[in-house]
Amino acid sequence: MAGSDGRARLAVDIGGTFTDIALEVGDKLHSAKVLTTPQAPEEAVMQGVDLVLRQAGVPASALAFVIHGTTLATNAIIERKGARTALIVTEGFRDSVEMAFENRFEQYDIYIEKPKPLVPRYLRWPVKERVNAQGEALTPLDEKSVQALLPLIKKHKIESVAIGLLHAYANPAHERRVAEILRQALPDLWITLASEVCPEIREYERQSTACANAYVQPLMARYVANLEKRLKAIDLVGPLYMMMSGGGLSTVATAVKFPIRLVESGPAGGAILASRIALECGLKHVLSYDMGGTTAKICLIDDGQPQSSRSFEVDRVYRFTKGSGLPLRIPVIEMVEIGAGGGSIARVDALKRITVGPDSAGSEPGPACYDRGGTLPTVTDADVALGRIDPGLFAGGTVKLAPERSGQALAQAVGQQLNLDGPLAAFGVSEVVDENMANAARVHAIERGKDFAARALVAFGGAAPLHATRLAEKLGLDTVVVPTGAGVGSAIGFLRAPVAYEVVRSRYMRLAKLDIALVNAMLAEMQKEARDIVRAGAPDAVLHERREAYMRYVGQGHEIVVDVPVRTLTQADLATLQQAFDATYGQLYGRTIPGMEVEILTWTLSVASPTERPMPQALPPSRPTPAAHGRRKVFDAGKTDFVDYAIYLRDDLGAGARVPGPALIVEQQTTTVVSPNFDALVDGHGYIVLQRRRAA
Amino acid sequence: MTQNSALSQIHMQIMWNRLIAVVEEQAQTLIRTAFSNTVREAGDLSAGVFDLEGRMLAQAVTGTPGHVNAMAAAVAHFLAKFPAAGMREGDVYITNNPWQGTGHLHDFTVVSPTFRNNRIAGLFACTSHVVDVGGRGWGTDARQVFEEGLHVPIMPLASQGKMNEMLLELVRANVREPITVEGDLYSLAACNEAGSRRLVEMMDEFDLEMLDGLGRHIIENSTHAMLEEIRALPAGVYRNHLRVDGYDTELDLVAAMTIGPTGIDVDFTGTSGESPRGINVPLTYTQAYASFGVRCLIGSTVPNNAGSLGTVRVSAPEGSILNARPPAAVGARHILGHFLPDTMLGCLYQAAPERTPAEGASCLWNALLYGGHGFAGATKRDPGPAFMLTCFHAGGAGARPSRDGLNATAFPSGVRNTPLEVNEAISPIVFTRKEYRCDSGGPGRQRGGVGQVMEFTHGGGAPFVVSAMFDRVKNPARGRSQGKNGAHGKVLTGSGRKLNTKGQQLIPADDKLVLEMPGGGGYGDAYARDPAAVALDVRDGLVSRAAAKRDYGVVLTGSGRVNAEATARLRAERPRQAAE
Repeated sequence: MAGSDGRARLAVDIGGTFTDIALEVGDKLHSAKVLTTPQAPEEAVMQGVDLVLRQAGVPASALAFVIHGTTLATNAIIERKGARTALIVTEGFRDSVEMAFENRFEQYDIYIEKPKPLVPRYLRWPVKERVNAQGEALTPLDEKSVQALLPLIKKHKIESVAIGLLHAYANPAHERRVAEILRQALPDLWITLASEVCPEIREYERQSTACANAYVQPLMARYVANLEKRLKAIDLVGPLYMMMSGGGLSTVATAVKFPIRLVESGPAGGAILASRIALECGLKHVLSYDMGGTTAKICLIDDGQPQSSRSFEVDRVYRFTKGSGLPLRIPVIEMVEIGAGGGSIARVDALKRITVGPDSAGSEPGPACYDRGGTLPTVTDADVALGRIDPGLFAGGTVKLAPERSGQALAQAVGQQLNLDGPLAAFGVSEVVDENMANAARVHAIERGKDFAARALVAFGGAAPLHATRLAEKLGLDTVVVPTGAGVGSAIGFLRAPVAYEVVRSRYMRLAKLDIALVNAMLAEMQKEARDIVRAGAPDAVLHERREAYMRYVGQGHEIVVDVPVRTLTQADLATLQQAFDATYGQLYGRTIPGMEVEILTWTLSVASPTERPMPQALPPSRPTPAAHGRRKVFDAGKTDFVDYAIYLRDDLGAGARVPGPALIVEQQTTTVVSPNFDALVDGHGYIVLQRRRAA
Repeated sequence: MTQNSALSQIHMQIMWNRLIAVVEEQAQTLIRTAFSNTVREAGDLSAGVFDLEGRMLAQAVTGTPGHVNAMAAAVAHFLAKFPAAGMREGDVYITNNPWQGTGHLHDFTVVSPTFRNNRIAGLFACTSHVVDVGGRGWGTDARQVFEEGLHVPIMPLASQGKMNEMLLELVRANVREPITVEGDLYSLAACNEAGSRRLVEMMDEFDLEMLDGLGRHIIENSTHAMLEEIRALPAGVYRNHLRVDGYDTELDLVAAMTIGPTGIDVDFTGTSGESPRGINVPLTYTQAYASFGVRCLIGSTVPNNAGSLGTVRVSAPEGSILNARPPAAVGARHILGHFLPDTMLGCLYQAAPERTPAEGASCLWNALLYGGHGFAGATKRDPGPAFMLTCFHAGGAGARPSRDGLNATAFPSGVRNTPLEVNEAISPIVFTRKEYRCDSGGPGRQRGGVGQVMEFTHGGGAPFVVSAMFDRVKNPARGRSQGKNGAHGKVLTGSGRKLNTKGQQLIPADDKLVLEMPGGGGYGDAYARDPAAVALDVRDGLVSRAAAKRDYGVVLTGSGRVNAEATARLRAERPRQAAE
């Protein structure tokens, strides 16, 4: 975020295992990693902040602001440790939030269990009322039926209530009145209106989102208040911003009102960092590739903008299986996540196929080569066995690896089953995980109507640089960028995020019969809501606004997102919208259907403070390749044999340094594999840019 | 093993994975571009890649059980009429023949050759359900297939990249939604094209001249994995008999399953004869759902291809309702199709009782609602605007030996419902109720999934028509291992009049359609159910207090806790013969 007047800026990202801190003073970056303290997450934050401030020699009072992202809300949902929550629904419709889509997310598995609803049936209560799709009250709200709930709220010790009435996105009057009655009687009750947190058509997703918001709200409010107090106590008085899953920052007040918008903040930070790198390197189309210990996340970025979406699933019962989690309709950065990380476990299935993941050895016991009791081979073990990781240089030499353990584990779990000798078993595991990631990326792109051609890969996270060139080969990509400081990438990403907010409204309309006055009034109201929220965090900034309509051909089931001009619409804009729809549809599906009517279900409007848009830097003058630190034998995918690789230390490579493949570039947190088909160059930012050599 | 053969083994696996990813992309392309809501919402489609002999090498995981091997079999019919040797680049072939395709006229199957370096390298096929094919519209009421709509025999949809305009014009002239149906045909062709492009890229990357070697690897490994699982079962002949409601007379589905060293053979001899209405099933569709039922238990992780499918063989006597001949009407063949997995599970239960769930609601409760001119004519009032609404809903699934049945969840169909808010936005229908149905789950140590109750009204007070395709009203889902049956379904008007389970019927102005969907059967002795689980069911209103006592022998205190003493006493009193 811009606007710090050159003062120091701090970002904190609480993850499941580590809490990452990034401090930027001028253009110098300091970072720290401390273990997360799940019982009182603010402890780790304070510890890390103290560490990094001392490291930089900056007093807390000098900080312009603090940006914070956390998985706290997600964890509360996954561990079912949120508030005692009730859901108030329209009479006759108690079960929408549990019936979901009435389907099974795995066709061939008759033993699936569906995700447990956050609010069990006995805490889902009806009120007498009914609004139709046009927003007209078919049955007025019977206030007595609301009053009747008051004793139940007390009896069941409810802390937080979600109100999710049918079609309240079209007319929220009944939801508001229910809230008023509750608030009057029970001023301490937390109340979430589905029509506020997600004013969108589709009752299941809306109620699910409202329940999740209500479920995490008391906890998040307490946590944020605590944290603010602790920060003030060390004289850190700059404002606190919260990172949201959509990639924007919000004030604490907004975050506490809609805590559900914070669930995916960490990965969002990573995607923002990748977008920033794309701009810095002048790359128009990028595939961001973040591979850590347990998962790989892939995100498409065009013109410095990551793909966004309004649907997300939390707490998937079957990890990574679509439809097995609780849906949330919130602005998120769209990415695909698969169980492919350094710790992912390799096996052989009944069909004699090598499989990798989705389960992970985590950090305890970790890969077999950590020699902490893990006996199952992981992707990291394969990387060690193939020679890509120098056991003496791993994690700067702080973690001693036992490469022979990798070999044993691979031989036992893979090699002996398939009659493959040591390195070939490792090669099989590595190829399968790379192939899994490539396939996931391809299907993801298809689903989003995007192509791969001419994309560059931005690889970060501990395991990505080890696999990036092979993945690029599989996807037919020519350029790979490995940025610096990737170990705390999300926290750095936070520092690049704008203050932003997205507002959504559903109104079903045929385009041909669009009520322009109504749409303008609605958009004006949405604009005010979004601007007020953003202004609170960025009082003086020139705000940028984007409007979108979710449109489809009449009768279709999925909408596509179409850009809407940011101005008062006129009758002439019916044609503008039709053209915009045709253009977007054509781009996604290759053709349009002339004569087919178009309908609009939902509108979104987002407002953001400006972010600094870096200019791409010219490549630095080429410098001679420094002497290699050493050499080692690395198994090569193309030659399918061990090949002599040169080893370089990243710290030795200044801007302009050129390293021809095959080589390994080693740094504290990872190793970049430069396959024989690639050449590496360190650019002006210190990033490693890998370029595929074109066959002559 | 030599270095080379070891490497080729790894490459084979990578290519197999890639091939599955290729057909998944093909399927996703179809989903993203299709118009038919059953394709998008319900995944009523399938997509696969074939060798030049017509053997399926990979099928997209996304898709419906109804097409499992129906589409695979269809490709052989295409090749019989248009041999691969005569195909040219840009050719595309199509049919909706129920016997050569996937069971009814609404499903179009499209086959396209893939060319690489001017040589045919393989074939892609896909199937999807279109919104309309003319005729009477989707339903059970036709007496012959001719009434069910336009029939397109196997013919070119495109020749060397040029679309068959005459065919498209014929289709447009014969269906109610010409633009969307034509759009769906284009989308079928486009998804094969997407698959072809990826296949060529893959063959380039792996420097593959032909698919033969890879195909052999896939088929051999899959056959082997299936046979290994099948041979782990006790060999023998297992029989089962399932009675269903039918159109106006009840029908028997009779199966004999032979489990042997070379696979599983299913024979439906003894099954009822053809129906005079549109609920008949072509053999290819019988094979699809019967085979799916087997695969839910046996080889569920083995990918679908000619090898794995070839180990489960299904036959039915000609002229039986599961091998109906032309010109029998087959529009709603899914009703009986949906019962076939339960029929198969009943056989498998005898071979693997500890793995086999109880029967469920099985058949989807699809509400097809129509209104407007011609449909609701039997009234003096304004019939209201013309509309057509298709909603997919489900009763309860059968209890599993270790878990309760899923409440209001479709099995075997992979359908998703459409949100009722969306249904209300696009039609005049207003729902007045959609909730779980108390006491509908079959009692058992594991309870059957509960069904649901739905009520439909016309928001404008006009009459409307329901095209009924419901079942399990006379014949409930049966429990297993002493588990009790699930509740019967009910089809009523709001005023309490019983409606037929099949066929078009009028819901008068200001009345309602009420659907009480059946529950799944229970598994195991209900008296052995954990009383705490019964108390939770009562707390949540899924089981009434009375039923807790009557069916489960569980007595609750005033505050809903288990009265352990009274429960023990009641459970001990139960007549001996019911216990073991």
